[in-house]
Amino acid sequence: PPMVKVLACVARCIDYSIKIRVNPEKTGVVTANVKHAMNPFCEIATEEAVRLKEKGVASEIIAVSVGPKENAETLRTALAMGADRAIHVLTDERVVPLSVARILAKVAERESPGMVIMGKQAISDDTAGTPSLVSAMLRLPQALFASEVTVTDDKKSATVIRETDAGLETIKVSLPAVVSCDLRLNEPRYATLPNIMKAKKKPMETLSPADLGASLAVGLQTVSVAAP
Amino acid sequence: SSTLVLAETSTEGALLPVTRSALSCAAVIGHPVDVVVPGLNGGGKAEAAVTAAAALPGVRKVISLADTASTSTEALSAALAALVRAGPHSHLVAASATVGRAAAVRAAGLLDVSPVADVTAVGAPDTFTRAIYAGNALETVKSTDSVVVLTARGTSFDPCADSGGSAEIEDVAGEVPGQADFSLAADAFSAWQSADVKQSDKPSLAGANVVVAGGRGMKNGGNFGLLEELADAMGGAVGASRAAVDAGWVENALQIGQTGKIVAPQLYVAVGISGAIQHLAGMKDSKVIACINKDPEAPIFQVADYGLVADLFEAVPEMTKALK
Repeated sequence: PPMVKVLACVARCIDYSIKIRVNPEKTGVVTANVKHAMNPFCEIATEEAVRLKEKGVASEIIAVSVGPKENAETLRTALAMGADRAIHVLTDERVVPLSVARILAKVAERESPGMVIMGKQAISDDTAGTPSLVSAMLRLPQALFASEVTVTDDKKSATVIRETDAGLETIKVSLPAVVSCDLRLNEPRYATLPNIMKAKKKPMETLSPADLGASLAVGLQTVSVAAP
Repeated sequence: SSTLVLAETSTEGALLPVTRSALSCAAVIGHPVDVVVPGLNGGGKAEAAVTAAAALPGVRKVISLADTASTSTEALSAALAALVRAGPHSHLVAASATVGRAAAVRAAGLLDVSPVADVTAVGAPDTFTRAIYAGNALETVKSTDSVVVLTARGTSFDPCADSGGSAEIEDVAGEVPGQADFSLAADAFSAWQSADVKQSDKPSLAGANVVVAGGRGMKNGGNFGLLEELADAMGGAVGASRAAVDAGWVENALQIGQTGKIVAPQLYVAVGISGAIQHLAGMKDSKVIACINKDPEAPIFQVADYGLVADLFEAVPEMTKALK
């Protein structure tokens, strides 16, 4: 049976170990000269995609990220972990889950993946909304908070064990589907130096939201940000 | 303007207390409230939840999807989007819990509006506060969308009373007019297969008045028995830090923190937990925080009302004995 193309969505956040400070203008948190890294849950998503390829389930892994030029570094990390190519949707404008989801949905329409995989939440805004928004826009089934993903031999569906408030739940989704990854799905690998070198030669395409026909206009504004 | 509240039910069809917290959130918004009760996975009926929802104070109407054939998140989201359009409702409120989080946000996607997740306070019908960066910052947002879709953090809104109302019940048999506009081919729904839920007569982590949580200092899973004895003596529930869950000592569902459960009991006892910011995000709104740690420098002491520098393997059994 034909293998599954996987779209792995990765976000770039302030590193989890950094102490967060609200800026003096109270419009957001201080990000300048602060260490950033791939969102930890997106590392899990990328790792899962790579394992699917190693198991002979995935044919190709396309890593995608939305954000400023620094997001290219995050995509290089995904490539060093084992993604085959990358798409950087470059924008310096503020994005929220709805606008990110519109962009990811457009990329998915272009690439027609069998699985869209991403972290369950970004540790920056903690919304945990993008996976559901993307699957809604694509009218695809969703499997959130996955702790185990098994693609059937015919590659037409996947059985997903997901974490719920009460325990675990097993669901079956036909493919294509959107999967969001919880903590216990896997332990992401570290990119090795040879793979980091190799990643520099892997293809990375840069697009704008306008290239994809995705609007960044949303009805949600940040009024203020305060320390707790 | 009116608000549609999505009820959150247990796997057996009981109305969960977080539904009453969501209703309290809706009450602050201030518009008339209708409640929608979803169908149950595995074929059981949510009739008890429908009856319980109709008795909640201030509810105008209960819309029952209890007879729906498809209980998938995808079908529920399509029904929610259709109900919001038909209402027309200005707000869709769900509990920030397993069903509400997935279905309400997906409905927002179908309606192309921004969800406001995990709201901790309502400033005005269009203005909300929520925690970001593991609670290290509080963001206030304003929505200008045609429909405001939000999930309410259970620990931030005291549950409303569970009686006093007498709402009319409308059974739509799972067939919501207009649902198809938001839907997808039936074979593309996710299909529920089974649940692995620990049955217990003890209070749930989310609803317990007392939570006793263990961390890395517990050393192994067997030692959590000490915490269970202490929790039992106070009628409480046991929780854990991410370190203890990652080590495989206890099940995932016990994890408290940014990426686990958010709890705010009357009393939170942190045992052998250092107090990483990601853990504090899940418990710092507890009314009284006590901690036991042998390291006096542990950050948990900075948020604790009562701290005990001691060997937990001596202190916990002593406390249990004293309580008994």
